[in-house]
Amino acid sequence: MSEIPGDLKFLKSHEWARLEDDGLVRVGISEHAQSQLGDLVYVELPGVGDAVTVGNACAVVESVKAASDVYTPVSGTVVEVNEALSDKPETINEDAYGEGWIFAVKPSNPEDMEALLDPDAYAELLDEEDAH
Amino acid sequence: MPFIPHSESDVRAMLAAIGVDQIEDLFDEIPAALKAQTLQHVPAGLPEMDVARLMRGYAAQDAGVLNFAGAGAYEHHIPAAVWQIVTRGEFYSAYTPYQAEASQGTLQLIYEYQTMMTRLTGMDVSNASLYDGATALAEAVLMAERCMKKGARRVLVPRSVHPAYRKTLRTIVDLQHIEVVEFDFCHAGATAGGIAADWLARQDFGAFTALVVPQVNYFGVLEEVDALTDWAHAQGALVIGVINPLALAVLKAPGQWGAKGADIVIGEGQPMGVPLSSGGPYFGILACKQEFVRQMPGRVVGRTTDLDGRAGFTLTLQAREQHIRRAKATSNICTNQGLLVTAATIHMALLGPEGLRRVAAHCMRNARALRERLAALPGVHVPFERAGFHEFTLALPVSAGTVIERLADARILAGVALDEDFPELGNALLVCATETKTEADLDRYAEALGRALR
Repeated sequence: MSEIPGDLKFLKSHEWARLEDDGLVRVGISEHAQSQLGDLVYVELPGVGDAVTVGNACAVVESVKAASDVYTPVSGTVVEVNEALSDKPETINEDAYGEGWIFAVKPSNPEDMEALLDPDAYAELLDEEDAH
Repeated sequence: MPFIPHSESDVRAMLAAIGVDQIEDLFDEIPAALKAQTLQHVPAGLPEMDVARLMRGYAAQDAGVLNFAGAGAYEHHIPAAVWQIVTRGEFYSAYTPYQAEASQGTLQLIYEYQTMMTRLTGMDVSNASLYDGATALAEAVLMAERCMKKGARRVLVPRSVHPAYRKTLRTIVDLQHIEVVEFDFCHAGATAGGIAADWLARQDFGAFTALVVPQVNYFGVLEEVDALTDWAHAQGALVIGVINPLALAVLKAPGQWGAKGADIVIGEGQPMGVPLSSGGPYFGILACKQEFVRQMPGRVVGRTTDLDGRAGFTLTLQAREQHIRRAKATSNICTNQGLLVTAATIHMALLGPEGLRRVAAHCMRNARALRERLAALPGVHVPFERAGFHEFTLALPVSAGTVIERLADARILAGVALDEDFPELGNALLVCATETKTEADLDRYAEALGRALR
């Protein structure tokens, strides 16, 4: 298992969230999620300006074997989307926690971040899934 | 995979293993009130000999009838080679091609089919087919709503679209909360029988997701597809073309309608090598522009290369189908009409572009010639003067049902009565003449109709 960056928080559904200095929350899918999906071939991005609520499916990542919804870990407004993924969806496979980010939200409720899993709890979740 | 039914001892062993006494107990979950005890309209089984006699009787009812009925299902000559090849075991018994390594032939055939359909429609991609034309229209409307992320959940459908297609469309999309807004075709003047584009441009329908444009329309009339397409695009809506694939051999491809072309094209594939067979099975065509491919229902076969660099074929874009994406799939249809597509592909390959053009042109000539002959009869006139394909509407001095009955005595199937779906048209009959009719056939119809009206 590769190292999980310490500044990330996670949803059980394998999305990560990073609170940045400018107050935006950047969202992507975990290293584990990308490896389970396999080679990504398409990413359906949300629209800039979309209002999103925790638990909303607002993007879709599609590999050759599955298409999965990406849920937003925080409520707010989508302010940026990673347009580069349109041409290079494989960026998520190559750098899930960096260049492979999917969208950024201006959060309306900063406490949403507190409800998320920290890296240790997420790693534990993955161990449990492996055990099954 | 061979079909080997379970023996009684197999069944007993399986029931014992799960601790159930009898198979019926497995259905205990279903409340008794919901179970049908007997199927009222299904008779008891018959011996093979009796079934053969029964079916010969049914077949005799159709035999020797000169058929001028169309209305969505058309009699065409199908070269004998088509079904001779289709019924080869390799095509006839092959099931759906999930395993690419086991079904290269089937996959290649579907790939060829898709290529032919994109060339006929002028679209970028075609799927591997759907069930029939009517359900393909419903799928196209659902697809249009997915393409326009914040769609209006309203579609505009002219009444010149096949009544059965409109009914099927409403049945499927009503529960998805999509409103089907029907509007009338033009009833008088030069544009009668079709949509008057200039009239449409003056209407205010509010926001809508897509405009459905039939070409050829239900009455056999050609619509002003360029003006209609440009108008819908100017309203920010998509255009769904409803086509007859044979007619496209002589008409402008939907991809070239107006400035930007239709966005999604659907149609009934039956005219391409599929016999009438009392109404089915047929197959549905669905093709679209590249930008909408991710929202296209059904499956697509792609050409690829294997690890050794050899060309091969595989199912692609499956990820959004039902067996993977479950309730979020692009459609609950997760298959295609493989055998009928096989027939259509062989049919199109045998005829070629030039052959298809000749068949289509022959249909048009026959329909025009018959229309002239019938319009010359006393009391008969043609309410829609617009150019058409192989079908036209007749206004009669007596009810269409009466005419159909009288001509049946002369072993002629006169056409389809329009009074039920279009009461405002009065005694109207929809008549079709394909390339299967000779000059003598056309004369026979005209004489029989003349006698029937005397």
